[in-house]
Amino acid sequence: MDQEEKTVKKKREIVVPGEIIVSGDEFLPGDGTERDGKDIVSKRYGLSDESGRLVKIIPLSGVFTARRGNVIIGRVSDLTFNGWLVDLGVASNGFLPLAECPRYINQNDMAEHFSIDDLMVAKISGVKGRGIDLTIKGRGLGKVEKGIIINVNSNKVPRIIGKEGSMISLIKEKSGCDITVGQNGLIWIKGNKIEDEILAKNAIGYIEEKPFIEGLTDKMEGWFKEEKK
Amino acid sequence: MAEKSKYTKRPDGRKFEELRKMTAKVGVVKEADGSAMFSFGEGKEATTAFAAVYGPRTLHPQHMQNPRTGILRVNYDMLSFSVNERARPGPNKRSKEISEVSKWALGNVLELKDFPNTVIDVFISITQANASTRCAGINAASMALAHAGVPMKELVGSVSIGKMDRTLVVDVNKKEEDYEEGEGPTDIAMAFTSRGQNVSLMQLDGKIRPKELKEAVEMGQKAAMEIIKVQTKALKDVRGDVKK
Repeated sequence: MDQEEKTVKKKREIVVPGEIIVSGDEFLPGDGTERDGKDIVSKRYGLSDESGRLVKIIPLSGVFTARRGNVIIGRVSDLTFNGWLVDLGVASNGFLPLAECPRYINQNDMAEHFSIDDLMVAKISGVKGRGIDLTIKGRGLGKVEKGIIINVNSNKVPRIIGKEGSMISLIKEKSGCDITVGQNGLIWIKGNKIEDEILAKNAIGYIEEKPFIEGLTDKMEGWFKEEKK
Repeated sequence: MAEKSKYTKRPDGRKFEELRKMTAKVGVVKEADGSAMFSFGEGKEATTAFAAVYGPRTLHPQHMQNPRTGILRVNYDMLSFSVNERARPGPNKRSKEISEVSKWALGNVLELKDFPNTVIDVFISITQANASTRCAGINAASMALAHAGVPMKELVGSVSIGKMDRTLVVDVNKKEEDYEEGEGPTDIAMAFTSRGQNVSLMQLDGKIRPKELKEAVEMGQKAAMEIIKVQTKALKDVRGDVKK
């Protein structure tokens, strides 16, 4: 690579696999990168991000990778004797054990709580080789009831949430809906009126179209003004 | 050159070491997790390949699942309208072989340890063929895999080196592939990785002297780096949905 590439760059730039992001012993390889001698080399396609000494790649595309602590929305695909199998739209299945429910559920009454094709908001409690463990113990977790579900590209979820949740709270406030964003790209919108829900849905669709503009939150406020006319 | 050639130019007016004009684009298949188009040449004379990547996703049949690592599956397909005489659709001996060698050429740069029991499917479709189709296919697939966010060590660039009588040429087209004078035609498809510059594919059709082969590999390496530049540019140039 050229000499230019090796100089320290602070801006976020698109990198391709095998590209040297920065060079120097002081840098630490983060997600999607590896060290090769002095260089930090990209291992995947995305935006390079340097925060202090840590260099990492922010993915731009690809399937959702499950991580511990993520809140997701999944669909029950099967009932087993001690829990539910949940489809998260990724390669491995999610599993919600009976013991991870907030209150005691009799094994015979499992279908009354979640039957096949029911949707749930759950948190990932662990990722193992064979599957993803889920829990619904916690605030805001549990069965999806009423409202609408929309599907977006999982790479655009951070934009929809915004910095410290600024974007999503703006949409919530303006549309008056309760919105739960699953990291896997499923979004649950629940409002009092169907019109409110559609407004929130359109707002999210607007973000999905233009995800990489600075100051999108301000633009969003303008968008709502236009829509309310 | 091994021997002074009686020609100074190639049938289509290119220099011996000149590639056809390349076109590359990513994100051409919206439904796929990653996709790319790559073509050698322009218009009617082009070789165009589309690649779509799906996954990592659950692998079926289940007995093929590997609990140690994810696997790669490549399907190369020449569409029926890609050549002048209608090609019979569906898999055949040739497409199966090319699928397999493409898999070998691409598989070594991928890191699928984190995706046990899964598969990454790559579908390569040749929409127009004018020689070097497997190279265009590998180039498109390499970009599509990167575009799908699959962890990989580096990109792969592939090119074919031909020998017309005793003249080595880069990126052969159909006319040069069918060159029948003198020693006859030779076609070497090869692929190189971007960072390590390692060989990940080499196939020889025809005959060549050891000394000439060495020269051909050097020419191929140089050409592959040019191809990788084009791929990199296409991957970085997705300003449509990325704005700083």
